[in-house]
Amino acid sequence: MSMETSTRRSDQETLLSVDSLDVKFEVADGNIHALRDVSLAVEKGETVGLAGESGSGKSTLALAIVQYLDANGWVDDGSITFEGEDLLSASKRELRSIRGNRIAHVAQNPSSSLNPSMTIGAQIRETIDLHQDIESDEEGTRRVHDVLEQVNLPNPAGIADRYPHELSGGQQQRALLAIGLSCNPDLLILDEPTTGLDVTTQAKFLDLVEDLKAEYDAGILLITHNLGVISEIADRVNILYAGEMLEKGPVEEVFTSPANPYTQALLATTPEIAKDKEVKPIPGRIPELDAIPNGCIFADRCEFATEECRTDDIEMASVDGERDHESRCLHWRDVVDNPIDVPAKQASDRTPGEPILSINHLQKYYDEGGFIKNLIGDHDPVKAVNDVSFDIHEGEAVGLVGESGCGKSTLGRTLLKLHTVTSGSIEYDGTDIDSLSKQELNEFRSSCQIIFQDPEASLNPNRTVRQILERPLKLFTDRAADERRTRAEELLNQVNLGSDVVDKKPHELSGGQQQRVAIARAFAADPSLIVLDEPVSSLDVSVQASILNLLEDLCEEYGTSYLLISHDLSVIEAICDRVAVMYLGEIIETGSTDQIFDPPYHPYTRALLSSIPTLDPYEEKSRIRLDGDVPDARNPPSGCSFNTRCPQKIGEVCETDDPDLEDGGGGHCIGCHLSEEEMSESLDATFDQG
Amino acid sequence: MNYLYLVKRTAIALLSIFIVVSVVFGVTTLLPGSAANIVLGTEATDAAIEQVNEDLGLDRPLPVQYVDFVGGVVTGDFGNSLISGQPVMEMVWPRLLRTLQLAAVAMLISVVAAIPLGIVAAAKRDTMVDHLVTSGSYVGLSIPSFVSATLLLLFLTTPPLDLFPKGGFVPLSDGVVPWLHHLLLPAIAMNTIILAYVLRQTRSSMVETLESDYIRTARLKGVAERNVLFKHGLRNGLLPTVTVLALNFGWMMGSVVIIEQIFAFPGIGELIVQAIDNRDLPVIQAGILVPTIAFIMANFAADIVYTLLDPRISLGDE
Ligand SMILES: Nc1ncnc2c1ncn2[C@@H]1O[C@H](COP(=O)(O)OP(=O)(O)OP(=O)(O)O)[C@@H](O)[C@H]1O
Ligand code: SF4
Ligand code: SF4
Ligand SMILES: [Mg+2]
Repeated sequence: MSMETSTRRSDQETLLSVDSLDVKFEVADGNIHALRDVSLAVEKGETVGLAGESGSGKSTLALAIVQYLDANGWVDDGSITFEGEDLLSASKRELRSIRGNRIAHVAQNPSSSLNPSMTIGAQIRETIDLHQDIESDEEGTRRVHDVLEQVNLPNPAGIADRYPHELSGGQQQRALLAIGLSCNPDLLILDEPTTGLDVTTQAKFLDLVEDLKAEYDAGILLITHNLGVISEIADRVNILYAGEMLEKGPVEEVFTSPANPYTQALLATTPEIAKDKEVKPIPGRIPELDAIPNGCIFADRCEFATEECRTDDIEMASVDGERDHESRCLHWRDVVDNPIDVPAKQASDRTPGEPILSINHLQKYYDEGGFIKNLIGDHDPVKAVNDVSFDIHEGEAVGLVGESGCGKSTLGRTLLKLHTVTSGSIEYDGTDIDSLSKQELNEFRSSCQIIFQDPEASLNPNRTVRQILERPLKLFTDRAADERRTRAEELLNQVNLGSDVVDKKPHELSGGQQQRVAIARAFAADPSLIVLDEPVSSLDVSVQASILNLLEDLCEEYGTSYLLISHDLSVIEAICDRVAVMYLGEIIETGSTDQIFDPPYHPYTRALLSSIPTLDPYEEKSRIRLDGDVPDARNPPSGCSFNTRCPQKIGEVCETDDPDLEDGGGGHCIGCHLSEEEMSESLDATFDQG
Repeated sequence: MNYLYLVKRTAIALLSIFIVVSVVFGVTTLLPGSAANIVLGTEATDAAIEQVNEDLGLDRPLPVQYVDFVGGVVTGDFGNSLISGQPVMEMVWPRLLRTLQLAAVAMLISVVAAIPLGIVAAAKRDTMVDHLVTSGSYVGLSIPSFVSATLLLLFLTTPPLDLFPKGGFVPLSDGVVPWLHHLLLPAIAMNTIILAYVLRQTRSSMVETLESDYIRTARLKGVAERNVLFKHGLRNGLLPTVTVLALNFGWMMGSVVIIEQIFAFPGIGELIVQAIDNRDLPVIQAGILVPTIAFIMANFAADIVYTLLDPRISLGDE
């Protein structure tokens, strides 16, 4: 985010330069031209972002740089130079001495990228032993501990002895980064380093990368589909689409005056807090790359497309020569002057009615231990949901937010009776669901549906889309066969799927299509409440935007209530009327969406909000970083459960007295001992480290 | 946690043994033809039969007999042979030991031949070597053990290639070479299918391992190909093979009866066949139970080894 990028660039040496790269893969029916004429440069001490929808070739580019394309792929043309060396002609031995040593590649999916049968320490030590001269075993061990400390893993000696499965997702990500950093590489390639992490862990990871950059003067190539992440830490950005670079330049310029319709469209898909804009999906889909059409590859989805766009050869044009801002678009001037419209947020005209679901003092404990376990020792259960009470009203969308492991999913499932309740009550339409007869329970099941994060896992792989949709119609409604058929088609239509998918099975659909089918299935039973558990977090940005819009439309059309579970407040803000913030099994703040996003804040909510990266590269925010991970739910801290990580902790009172959820006016309830002023005042002075 | 798993796994092993013991007891007592008749012949007088029944304890109620039987299994006492009067365990033990030697050699062949071949095929995937090994294993899989036994006998024990003895057994105390000389052919015959199976299993799990993300991590750390294979690949890739080997032990026990007949090998299979011919109940019982229990224990041991090799299993319960 440094402002002096342009001046600095000239006197910096180029670390990596990729020029006019073409990569092809051989597949059963021909070749896939995965990268075409792609150029990219990374200077010393610079962070370069690489963004684009899923399938645009980001990982392929990263793997081409380290010369590790899949066996059926090859570099067809172009060059890759690293510190003056031609990587394409490097021998195996030369490559081995570069990989891990001078170029570190930190892969996507930390959980599968760490060797499950080696300790973290051994995996880091291996790189050090390979590439560095170490004098003694102790020195090696010390270096392992040093690098673990650099990536902010607590208790390095302990972590070094652990196996990957004994770490949380965020810790695995940092361990993988530690392997990458262990030999002080000149170039660090991070492939989707924060996907799958929740916002707080992501924010800490990004801080870490920034610190490391300052420390090492290494170049960083940061691959992500999350533009907020790039805006937060990158100096320059490259926008890749379907194998072609469409725009590149300094982050400040590209994000504030994007000169390519694709960049504008990508920015418009990203939900942002308090920006009063709707998310806007990109129409259509990324094309297959087996046959490359003439003209602009983005033409089919572009609002600015003209005849020439489909026929002419389109080259990178310089938008701002001095700052190396380029765009591959015939009409870039027009695009800069008249950017695509982003619709302003419409106030929802939903009026919440009576409560349909009320939960009172709900508790759900896992692993309570059998008779023997409790007899032998004092066994503590996992208190996944601990004394939660709230209502969901008719036609209202309630958001439930919190870090990973705080009990959101458990709460969502328990209130649909998918888990047994440990104690407390759930009332549906005024009746305790424990007292429902079998028949009534069936009705309850049909009127309360759930949609999961992973659509593929929740759809029966052996059924066609039609069968999937007709099943709930048959189970829960008394429609005749032909009515079911028309209704199924109607539902598909409503979730914007064509009738061409009705005879397909789930594995033949894309992730976004699968999630639409899951949504259509949930609506098939005419439910009055749907629990959505991270419905968009496994989806690509553009698909995510279209699903969010779809959910919002359906909510208004059917008057259905939602409980939307997510760790991402910007997703919640896009749809929800009311928000409940959860921490360690308890609700610590609730209120209308506006109330939650404006002060006073619960210190935890404030931390969550400040962790979300924004698209505005100029924005200087106060960043609050929470120390450590969520404490063990077996042994929650006494008093206020947040006291071990709270940046505003008052003192002893927080450790002894558990604050009640108090209504500060207008239904905005906060559970904290601080006064309203203390929860409202700006913390910049104390907490701004940015 | 690890400890809990151990307890659970032990309980399963004990339960399986208990079930097998009960089934064998049930089937053999309900078999037509009384034991006394077997001892005395069909012409025996009622008084003599009663006497024998009393001697053998067969006049007691079934539950008492059952408890007695289970007690016998636990203490390793299966009574005496109805034919020779010799204690059954004295007959079963030496033969079981011989059969186990045969099985051990067969296993060893799997380990030293099939696993390395599988690893080589995986490491040199889609090359000539791989195709050769893989198609060889297909052939191996489709030859039943009595066919391979017959073929080996025909070609290797008769002139011109008179390389091996036709059968029989020489104890290890007479020297390793003659011992192995006698064991090798039946071991190979017993083993062709398993060998092929273990090879394919090793190859496929190694291929899967070598394609995994953490192998890519290792290569991109700059680890040399040999270490990628040995340090990162083997331990993860061979885990499934351990289980397969243990299961195959059961398979081999199944083909033992036929192989021992063909090679005139004085092992437990041959003993069972004789005992069935003679309706020698205690010998049949011991002949079935002792190897079965050994098999259950082998599986148990394999699971424990697996746990020690794979750090993830220690958390695998709850
Ligand atoms: N079956 C289970 N047995 C024991 N503990 C469990 C079980 N399922 C969940 N937990 C624990 O319960 C707590 C809450 O889990 P839950 O999955 O509901 O959280 P979450 O907020 O939805 O997390 P995420 O965002 O990762 O999905 C965690 O501490 C988790 O480890
Ligand atoms: S060249 Fe044409 S189709 Fe392509 S991005 Fe520009 S305006 Fe759109
Ligand atoms: S009660 Fe104390 S520890 Fe808890 S959130 Fe408020 S200030 Fe922080
Ligand atoms: Mg969850």
